[in-house]
Amino acid sequence: MFDRLKGIIKKEFYHIFRDQRTLLILFGIPIVQIVLFGFAISNEIKNVKIAVLDQSKDEHSSQIIDKVLSTSYFDLDSYVNSLDDINDAFQKGRIKGALVFPPKFSETLRKENKADVQIISDATDPNTGTQIGNYLLLQVQQYLMEHEITATSTLPPALINTEVEMRYNPELKSVYMFVPGLITIILMLVCTMMTSIAITREKETGTMEVLLASPMHASIIILGKVTPYLLLSFVNASLIIALGKFIFEVPVLGSYVLLIGEIILYCLVVLALGIFVSTVAETQQLALMISLFALFLPTMLLSGFIFPIENMPLPLQIVSKIVPATYFNIIIKSIMLKGATLNFILKETLILIGFFFILMGVSIKRFKIRLE
Amino acid sequence: MAVIEVKNLSKNYGEVEALKSISFEVNQNEIFGLIGPDGAGKSTLIRILNSLILADKGEVSVMGKDPNKQYQYIRNHIGYMPGRFSLYEDLSVKENLEFFATIFGTTIKKSYNLIKDIYQQIEPFNDRKAGALSGGMKQKLALCAALIHYPKVLFLDEPTTGVDPVSRKEFWQIIKGLHQHNITIIVSTPYMDEADLCDRVALMNEGEILRIDTPQNVANSFDKPLYALEAKEGNYKLIKALRAYSFLDSVFPFGEKLHYTDKRENDIKAELKKHLTEEGFSDISIEKIASNTEDVFIRLMNNQKQ
Amino acid sequence: MNSEKIIETTKLTKAFGSFKAVNEITFDVKKGEIFGFLGANGAGKSTAMKMLTGLLSPTSGEATVAGFDVFTQQEKIKKNIGYMSQKFSLYDDLSLLENIKFFGGIYGLSKEQLNERGTAMIERLGLADVSHKLLKEVPLGWKQKIAFSVATLHQPKIVFLDEPTGGVDPITRRQFWEMIYEAADNGTTVFVTTHYMDEAEYCNRISMMVDGRIAGYGSPKELKADFKTENMDEVFVKIARGENYKLQ
Repeated sequence: MFDRLKGIIKKEFYHIFRDQRTLLILFGIPIVQIVLFGFAISNEIKNVKIAVLDQSKDEHSSQIIDKVLSTSYFDLDSYVNSLDDINDAFQKGRIKGALVFPPKFSETLRKENKADVQIISDATDPNTGTQIGNYLLLQVQQYLMEHEITATSTLPPALINTEVEMRYNPELKSVYMFVPGLITIILMLVCTMMTSIAITREKETGTMEVLLASPMHASIIILGKVTPYLLLSFVNASLIIALGKFIFEVPVLGSYVLLIGEIILYCLVVLALGIFVSTVAETQQLALMISLFALFLPTMLLSGFIFPIENMPLPLQIVSKIVPATYFNIIIKSIMLKGATLNFILKETLILIGFFFILMGVSIKRFKIRLE
Repeated sequence: MAVIEVKNLSKNYGEVEALKSISFEVNQNEIFGLIGPDGAGKSTLIRILNSLILADKGEVSVMGKDPNKQYQYIRNHIGYMPGRFSLYEDLSVKENLEFFATIFGTTIKKSYNLIKDIYQQIEPFNDRKAGALSGGMKQKLALCAALIHYPKVLFLDEPTTGVDPVSRKEFWQIIKGLHQHNITIIVSTPYMDEADLCDRVALMNEGEILRIDTPQNVANSFDKPLYALEAKEGNYKLIKALRAYSFLDSVFPFGEKLHYTDKRENDIKAELKKHLTEEGFSDISIEKIASNTEDVFIRLMNNQKQ
Repeated sequence: MNSEKIIETTKLTKAFGSFKAVNEITFDVKKGEIFGFLGANGAGKSTAMKMLTGLLSPTSGEATVAGFDVFTQQEKIKKNIGYMSQKFSLYDDLSLLENIKFFGGIYGLSKEQLNERGTAMIERLGLADVSHKLLKEVPLGWKQKIAFSVATLHQPKIVFLDEPTGGVDPITRRQFWEMIYEAADNGTTVFVTTHYMDEAEYCNRISMMVDGRIAGYGSPKELKADFKTENMDEVFVKIARGENYKLQ
């Protein structure tokens, strides 16, 4: 019994390590994805190019400009001379934001104790646009406060000092969100797609027929086929966590033991999903299509990885509830970023366990011991 | 003793009747041939016998067991070589064999006595990937894999299809050699001439068994005198002329010659030759010949259609 | 059949790296002949056939097909030949009529020609009832006959048949061969690859390839006499085992 299982596992590893495409998908995709998400696809405000139209060129305006440009958020593209130049720079895509000071800025400020500054931001991407606007505003307000304090040594009247604390991700780094999210997605990809393809490939090449005609029990066939992917998924998850920790400094605040346990649980769920797909699909091509369009895309879009679930319309919120990744996303973020213990994620864990038993039960029931 | 017993077995795929109430028995240590073209139902029958497909109707017993319920026993004691090459092309010869040995809970060593005559022919290529073997060698490897657990019954589904004559010949020698190991062999083939290599054959067409007998009896069962015809003008012209001949019973090309039967029972050689000469043919040769399996098959198929 | 040579090769060679898949083969096929091109898997049959049908450029040697050079006039060759194989013949998910229109169309038949020849073909095969059915619903035995008719719809000078009758029942196979006889009688040259040796006997002449070379060449009768055997199977076995036989 154990020998048979060992035999089939060994054979599966031969397949994996002899097929360069499989290896590429297994290890190439995680690395490429994490680099892409970590470096390129970033929501952070960093080194944003702005233009400045300073019609006063006096003390306050130049100090505000200095302050804005001294942060790492903004870089100067150019000083311009008219609003038309700003429009031009926006349209050419050179800048994402602009600061406009009216003439006699310091004078107005001194005389009327208030003055206008115009902040323009490119809102083609609304989130980034708003963020840029807010950041610029923040800089100007800070300057005014500091200036007021240094000038009068008293707090300005009726000014409420709000302080926002950014918990768990104080620097608002998007990579904090992407690393746990990527683990969710990649485990899904590897486990579901690879196992369903590995099983349907045997159906397609006819080798499944020989396996079925042997006395081997269906559960041994399944177990033997998925064990290698379970191991490789685990390696994969470790790789992503390590990359996240050492390159992007994403912490793991919670317990590693709990993290490992939850990863294995999630792997089992998505493996069961992969087996289920293989009982539905007869060809590798179909298995691939189902994995990509019926599983991978919903996981990507609905699990809260890219869009917050709370903002989705109700029907999609309901769909997101039956995507296992939704729960694992919560679990892994809680463990890695909040240092949660099992108590806090018990509900999600139990749901995943439920998923596993349902999927596995259905799959074993559907897995045919005969050909038709 | 009958190793396989089949009574009134039927199987449908939707509207298609793959097997139409067939019955037969296979005896211990027999080479039993299922002879027929694609679509005859050979593969379906083999898969029902080895428990991979369930029958719709009828009784099936393999080694005294029911493939529906006692499939575990059957799967433990049969060897099966499917119609297309079904080993792992990315695994080497040795890895394939080792894999199949482990899934049957045995080792190459334990089975070496049974497979050695075959295995020795492919052993020099032990480390070559199965996908890189020639057609004949793939067949030998697949056969080794099917034999690795000393099966009592061996099912070979079209083992020689698409294989060149040299490899076919070798393969049949191997099958014959398995006889001494007391293995019952059920082999299917679309090649009519391979019928002669079996102990008994079932001629199959469109889900029916047309005849079951020894190859000798099958070949001799042709119910009319059979003539082989040839003329200098070529087969096509000769066929056309014969089709217009009022005494024609049947004519069809057979290799270089035409096989012909006449409505009259007496020896018609002289008369036919005279007729053809009048039709303008020359170098006419008419020979009375013994029928073979293919002649009989064509005859039975025509009867089946009527 | 006459003595006009429609395919002629001289020392035709195709090398892949240092491996010569086809090694200096020299033979000819005459107009209206049924020529059998035999050999085991991997003997070089497919490679040779690809060169003759203009799909692959030879490495060296000379060859003409239907009067066109296989090095320089591959497109013209393609216009003058028909091709059918067991593996690829027609589209299963198109009806018989749609298949006729499609394949006739790619060989540049006009609408009138398509109508005329398509109708004539359907009538000849007695398929009027099924002409609108999808091909996958047509019985297996019919498909090969239909495929052959479609491959010759544009009245090519040569038709190449790659293992055309595998697995077909003996009656259908004979009907198929009668169609081939008929085509040859009408002057179409038929070039068949097969490893059914009984099928080889239907051919006027055959060549047999072993390891990239032509190791046997002549009419089935001559070959059987040369090797002192009763059937082509034995001839094949003897040639493949390298028994002495002088080329041509």
